[in-house]
Amino acid sequence: MTILVTIITLVSIGVIAAVILFLVAQKFKVFENPKIDEVEEALPGANCGGCGFPGCRGMAEALVNADDISTLFCTVGGNETMAEVAKILGKEVTAKDPMVAVVRCNGNFEKRKRTNQYDGSATCVMAANLYSGDTACEYGCLGLGDCVKACNFDAIKIDKTTGLPVVNQDNCVACGACVEACPRNIIELRKKGPKDRRVFVSCVNKDKGALAMKACKSACIGCGKCAKVCPFGAITIENNLAYIDFEKCKLCRKCVAVCPTGAIHEVNFPAKKAVAKPEKKKQTEEIKEEINKTSENKLN
Amino acid sequence: MLKTFSKGGVHPAANKLSADKAIEILPLPKTVTIPISQHIGAPAKLLVKKGDKVKVGQKIAESGGFVSANIHSSVSGTVSKIDKIFDASGYKKPCVIINVEGDEWEENIDKSKDLKKDISLSAEEILKKVSEAGIVGLGGATFPSHVKLSIPKGKKAEVLILNGVECEPYLTADHRLMLEKTDEILVGIKILMKALNVDKAFIGIENNKPDAINRFNKFVENYDGIQVVPLKMKYPQGGEKQLIKAVAKREVPSGALPIDVGAVVHNVGTAFAVYEAIQKNKPLFERVVTVTGKSVKNPLNLLVRVGTPTINLIEAAGGIPENTGKIVSGGPMMGKALVNTDVPITKGSSGVLLFEEKESKRQDVQNCIRCGKCVSVCPMGLEPYLLMNMVESKMWEELEKNNVLDCIECGSCMFTCPSQRPLLDYIRLGKSTVTKIKRSRKK
Repeated sequence: MTILVTIITLVSIGVIAAVILFLVAQKFKVFENPKIDEVEEALPGANCGGCGFPGCRGMAEALVNADDISTLFCTVGGNETMAEVAKILGKEVTAKDPMVAVVRCNGNFEKRKRTNQYDGSATCVMAANLYSGDTACEYGCLGLGDCVKACNFDAIKIDKTTGLPVVNQDNCVACGACVEACPRNIIELRKKGPKDRRVFVSCVNKDKGALAMKACKSACIGCGKCAKVCPFGAITIENNLAYIDFEKCKLCRKCVAVCPTGAIHEVNFPAKKAVAKPEKKKQTEEIKEEINKTSENKLN
Repeated sequence: MLKTFSKGGVHPAANKLSADKAIEILPLPKTVTIPISQHIGAPAKLLVKKGDKVKVGQKIAESGGFVSANIHSSVSGTVSKIDKIFDASGYKKPCVIINVEGDEWEENIDKSKDLKKDISLSAEEILKKVSEAGIVGLGGATFPSHVKLSIPKGKKAEVLILNGVECEPYLTADHRLMLEKTDEILVGIKILMKALNVDKAFIGIENNKPDAINRFNKFVENYDGIQVVPLKMKYPQGGEKQLIKAVAKREVPSGALPIDVGAVVHNVGTAFAVYEAIQKNKPLFERVVTVTGKSVKNPLNLLVRVGTPTINLIEAAGGIPENTGKIVSGGPMMGKALVNTDVPITKGSSGVLLFEEKESKRQDVQNCIRCGKCVSVCPMGLEPYLLMNMVESKMWEELEKNNVLDCIECGSCMFTCPSQRPLLDYIRLGKSTVTKIKRSRKK
């Protein structure tokens, strides 16, 4: 008898509780677009913040709520992920060129002599707050690795032989964490380029030529030779510093050849010998032609 | 019972090696490098160009705003270059480089050593002349003096406090000046009192300088309204707010200025510069600098023209000892290591300090043991360990709420920390970031 009473009591408590829970769940139901979960699933889940949202969930919500998602972009997943997201949402995306972080300082130990020793806390932002650095260049890399600490993707490392950060382009997802971390604004996100080839000015020194040269042998001295030689008008000189617009640059590399200090870098182009030879021939032919012309003129 | 400030403070070893060395005049250098920004505030605007001839005391750069100061040539000669050069701040600043030729002074400067006691100018004229002479606070902060003398509307100065504390170890420049130019400083104080329209002035001197206290006590009888206040030794008593607390028992609230409690503080060196500017027509182009260090052969006090390379001073003191690890401009607590020895002496250079290698090295950082020493020594009542943690976690708004901007960067917390934690490095970063955030908010 007691067993029966116990069972009935427990079952009825269970039923009443279930009914209450059901009613409450109905009353306070929060509608969440199921697509948000779907989109979040499609995103890489790195929570890097490269899109400008606190994490992938935030990005997913924004993607679902936005009418036009062309302004939003997941740098980690890239075009593939965005296409997938578009498919889920039935919205349109335009493919974007993949970007990569680029270090705009090439003042290694040899080119840029250390003039003093820094003995304070080993972070760039603190050193930059205190003084202009352990070299005579007040724009260049401090080499204390704030960018390395900021990177979640193991894509940037300090090369001990040069003292400069090196970006591993396969790991870099262009989230921009290093760009934000660098107190000198040396790191820039640039177009990865066709076949990962790109040309950029690897210097941010805004001093006049002589002063920049004194501080670092491979500084951009703002001479303007590259701007003159560029057939596409991609190079501008401002504050004694050249800048190559990666949207206009067609990777002809004429600027690399004329730069007197070697401040313009080319990445991932085939080895120089193969390319340089025909160029040299061309040059010699041109010179010959010019000489011929002048001699003809003289004869005339 | 001697007076002192109530909150915090530390007792670093005094090491006043050059205290009994009379001020010597350093011979003129071959070239001087005069930065056009030697003060807090807007940089001055250049008035000279390459090839110009200048005389001693000639204005070469004009004040670039209200909080700014004129710059005068410290030598006579030809301007050879205008270039960006490293100064004591560790940054490149635009500088005027002058080749020294002879020593020809502007005609209106009175070069005689006679004491001129009568003050003929009115308060406004004094203010104008102080501003014209490019006088800045010579204690080290280099705040333009005429700004401190212009009392904002609705406020009234009640008391003038003279800072003869020199609480930084090693430095003796102000000490020597007080002993050798006592009368001049007192006349300077009278001038400042007239400009501020106050009838009370106190000279705060720490009791490790009994000779200066005695001398002032003797001389002060001839001047009305000036009183010497001997103070108990404690660092950072030379801080403006600490000195006001010690001498006048007034506390400057967070974010307020000394004038809000009716006090104006000037360094004794500034009083001397004011005397020279008003009575002798001499703008500020030279100052007393202490060259010192445990291994320095001949620690001494030098009267130096602004723009002289630091190396000249060190050579006068017997050259750089072999075991030198760091050369610091200013005192050991708040001074800044120099990036090279050609850095020019500016209006704010109170000392050149040569640290031995073992003294200069930072020790390994250990974990915080929550001993609370940094909190107990902070003269501003802040919690340095907490501020450091907040900077590490980038909690800028919390930092602002915890009054990080009140920090006077005296370094007491780092001095006392048993784990050698770089507290001030972090707090300084917090201060600059919070200032930036505040500025962007105004826009």
